[in-house]
Amino acid sequence: MSVIEIRQVSRWYGNVVAVNDVTMTIGPGVTGLLGPNGAGKSTLLHLMAGFLQPSGGTATLDAKPIWKNHDVYRTIGLVPEKEGVYGFLTGWQFVQSAARLHGLGDDAAERAIAQVDMAAAKDRRIETYSKGMRQRIKVAGALVHEPSVLLLDEPFNGMDPRQRLHLMDLVRDLGAAGKTIVFSSHILEEVERVAQQIEVMVAGRHAASGDYREIRRRMTDRPHLFRVRSSDDRRLAAALIADTASGGVSFTPQGLEVRTVDFRRFTHQLPRLARDLGVRLWQVSPTDEDLESVFSYLSGRS
Amino acid sequence: MNTVVASITYRAMLGRKRVWLLALLPIALIGFALLFRFIGGGDESVAVDLMKIFAIGTVLPLLGLIAGTGVIAPEIEDGTIMHLMSKPISRPVIAFTKFVVAASLMVAFSVIPTYVAAYILIGTESGIASGFALGALFAGIAYAAVFLLLGVVSRHAVTIGVIYALVWEGLIGGYVPGARRFSIQQWAQSIADQVTTSAFLKSEVALSFAVPAMIIVVAGSVVWAGQRLRVLSLTGDE
Repeated sequence: MSVIEIRQVSRWYGNVVAVNDVTMTIGPGVTGLLGPNGAGKSTLLHLMAGFLQPSGGTATLDAKPIWKNHDVYRTIGLVPEKEGVYGFLTGWQFVQSAARLHGLGDDAAERAIAQVDMAAAKDRRIETYSKGMRQRIKVAGALVHEPSVLLLDEPFNGMDPRQRLHLMDLVRDLGAAGKTIVFSSHILEEVERVAQQIEVMVAGRHAASGDYREIRRRMTDRPHLFRVRSSDDRRLAAALIADTASGGVSFTPQGLEVRTVDFRRFTHQLPRLARDLGVRLWQVSPTDEDLESVFSYLSGRS
Repeated sequence: MNTVVASITYRAMLGRKRVWLLALLPIALIGFALLFRFIGGGDESVAVDLMKIFAIGTVLPLLGLIAGTGVIAPEIEDGTIMHLMSKPISRPVIAFTKFVVAASLMVAFSVIPTYVAAYILIGTESGIASGFALGALFAGIAYAAVFLLLGVVSRHAVTIGVIYALVWEGLIGGYVPGARRFSIQQWAQSIADQVTTSAFLKSEVALSFAVPAMIIVVAGSVVWAGQRLRVLSLTGDE
């Protein structure tokens, strides 16, 4: 049972702030670091892995500092996102070298390879592996010493669906076995399938925290922005603003922009209002459904 | 010294095509020696010139650059060093192991070929072969250490290394006598001069300066490289 504690950690590069005053405690089980690209997930993981010095604040593992402390790697297994593997080694040689660097024997390497289901391909050179296979052999290298903490940076990227499911199962099982697991991802579905706890990062800040139901609710239960084009925008606008579903209507060259306060009521009312007014709807499209705006909403609220 | 780190580093340096990078220059050196030998230019002054200008002046620093930076810089560049750094091994041990590998490559690809080339030209006459080989040994170790450090502290290690070898040692060292005191290849010549009795080699830097300087440079570089590795920041793609 290991606990990672991030206390008021910031990290900046020159005058670019990658991680801004983040405080979180990560205990046993699977924690997903969710956020759009460039939100600081990777930086935060590297801070937890001892590959970056916090510019401010402290990062500890079981109350011991992580930075400049190579003993933490007895407890931590790290799966970096970059290829990070020697292509000229075979899968077996790679995992065996990891075991030996931990002072362990070949049995540990064999067990780790079996755990990621790579026994069949272990004698091929890593440069001949697919991206998913590389990912799995890296996981084997990280699991070789049965660490109580496993850190994975975008582990499901570039995997085919079958490999993805297999790795998800493995991560879930390890989490259920009491290991402290942190992985980063920019895909909500991925995170909610695997993680019990979700920490959302947006623009370097810790934007939200909770289980997946909580995060899912906060992501759908928010003002939406719709673009509506019709045969008579003004009449429709008048009717929309009279309805409690909309919080604001504005005219733009591309049509109406409607900000909803009650998503369900709006989607229910809009076609009815149009029909009653005899207005033809040409286009109804959400303008902020992309992940970035969902995230920025979350960050704006907290 | 860690044998796993060493074996991975040897594989990276000697694997398939990479080995030619190291082998090309010593092959050329021995090729020149054979050429001079068979066209009959194998006298002592030619031997000393070939050793001074090509073996010590060209092959040695370039190999130092290839071996010294090669054992670590590409791994830092592509992130594979994470495999070694995310293990419970102290970073100075990793740096020291990399240094030992680079130094041993210098022996295999520079010191031995230097001896062989000189031997082909004039045998053991005037101690030229053993003198230059000994000089190449010490200087090769120093180059390995300095360029290893360079590979850790800078992403432009090769460029800086080439500039040092060509501009500082080659150009400035050629015109400004003071600069020669701080030139690894001049130190190599001081050692060679100590062993050989040949009148064609006149070293410019006193041995009493060259030897301590070399020890300080090697120890300082390896220790510094280890410390830099401890605080090496590796970032993701963000």
